[in-house]
Amino acid sequence: MDHVTRRLSENRGVASATAAVALLAASIGLIFFYAPDDTDQGFSQRIFYFHVPLALTSYVCFAWGAWKALRVLWKGDDEADLESYVAIHQGVIFGALTLVTGSLWARASWGVWWSWSEDQLVLFLVLFLFYCAYFMLRFSVEPGRARANMCAVYALFGVVLIPISFLAIRLSRKFIHPVVFTSHGPQMAGSQFLTFCVSLAGMIMLFVVLYHVELAGKRIDAHLRDLRELLA
Amino acid sequence: MTYAADVAALARKDLLLELRAKETLPAMLLFVLSTLTVFHFALPRGAGGLAALGLLWVAIVFTALLGLTRAFVAEREQGLLDALVLAPCDRSAIWLGKAVAVLAFLVAAELVALPAFAAFFAPVGARTIVAVVLADVGIATVGTLLGAMAVAGRARELLLPLLFLPLAIPIVVGGVGASAGGGSRYLAFLALYDAVFAVLSWASFEYVVAEA
Repeated sequence: MDHVTRRLSENRGVASATAAVALLAASIGLIFFYAPDDTDQGFSQRIFYFHVPLALTSYVCFAWGAWKALRVLWKGDDEADLESYVAIHQGVIFGALTLVTGSLWARASWGVWWSWSEDQLVLFLVLFLFYCAYFMLRFSVEPGRARANMCAVYALFGVVLIPISFLAIRLSRKFIHPVVFTSHGPQMAGSQFLTFCVSLAGMIMLFVVLYHVELAGKRIDAHLRDLRELLA
Repeated sequence: MTYAADVAALARKDLLLELRAKETLPAMLLFVLSTLTVFHFALPRGAGGLAALGLLWVAIVFTALLGLTRAFVAEREQGLLDALVLAPCDRSAIWLGKAVAVLAFLVAAELVALPAFAAFFAPVGARTIVAVVLADVGIATVGTLLGAMAVAGRARELLLPLLFLPLAIPIVVGGVGASAGGGSRYLAFLALYDAVFAVLSWASFEYVVAEA
């Protein structure tokens, strides 16, 4: 057993990639063959098991990016700048997928591609635009300490923007967006909840894998550039 | 006491520059009047005062953007920001001084814009005026911080609207809600926005200009 855990920690990347593939394969199996059809929406409701985990994962990405941004400002940690950028980059990718799956689901169940009377949709769009601007900021400023600080401050503004926008949008809305998680716990059957949890775990695992892969790539890039400068 | 004196000196510097060069404020005034004229043609005939009130907020946000884009240009072009960072004053005083100057420009622009709006479209109520003042404070605090970021970039005129507009959406929600008769909770929301982002900008400005 000890031998196995040592092997696993040596190959953390491979292990987490395997876990992500296994979880996602299991969740696809559960979504299509195990979870029951929804009584109102029928088959199309199954997109829920992709849409909601994608959205939650992108929130996790943004939160992780903000945490790393805080480390940049607080400890002056240079590594954290790249980590914060990679997390937000992944968050924007998951966010784009959330908007696409949400739009498809809205078309199937409400008959429209987009609905402005939806809290979660509008909030997500505002955040998505906000984090897209993060890249514009990052790529228009020269790399260095100043850029790391600026990007970190902007990323922290994002975390504050989430509750503020939510409050703004909540002030005057009716909503038809299904509210699955209320104060009385999840409003779904056990089999649905299990499928949802597996899918969520798979998505988060996918984020972890992609995060480490992109981080490794970016670090190798930076080392290569340093070596080139030494040789030149 | 010295902190307040630093802030006053920096704000006075900006207002004096503007009085002499007259670069920003005339442009803002002309812009807001042109925008209101465009809105007259953009609105369908008989659209009513409520639709126009929404557009008033668009005019306010875009006029503010025009002023904010210019806010740090002199500092950056003449290397003034480096000197200010070296000066023996708290760096957040630089932010506060600039925010006060920006706020003064905004209020001046709206002293023209609101009567013009009332004459062209619909009367402006007391609640709208309070909402505009609260929104100005929010725009000045957040906009000054983002302006300092954008001016460090290559495409500063392009960058600032992209950074600013997502953060201005809650201001527009609060402002439109308050002026369209939504009740005082919208005003309370605007005040909350101002307080939260003023504290955040005040605390983080130091990192934006340090080692610039």
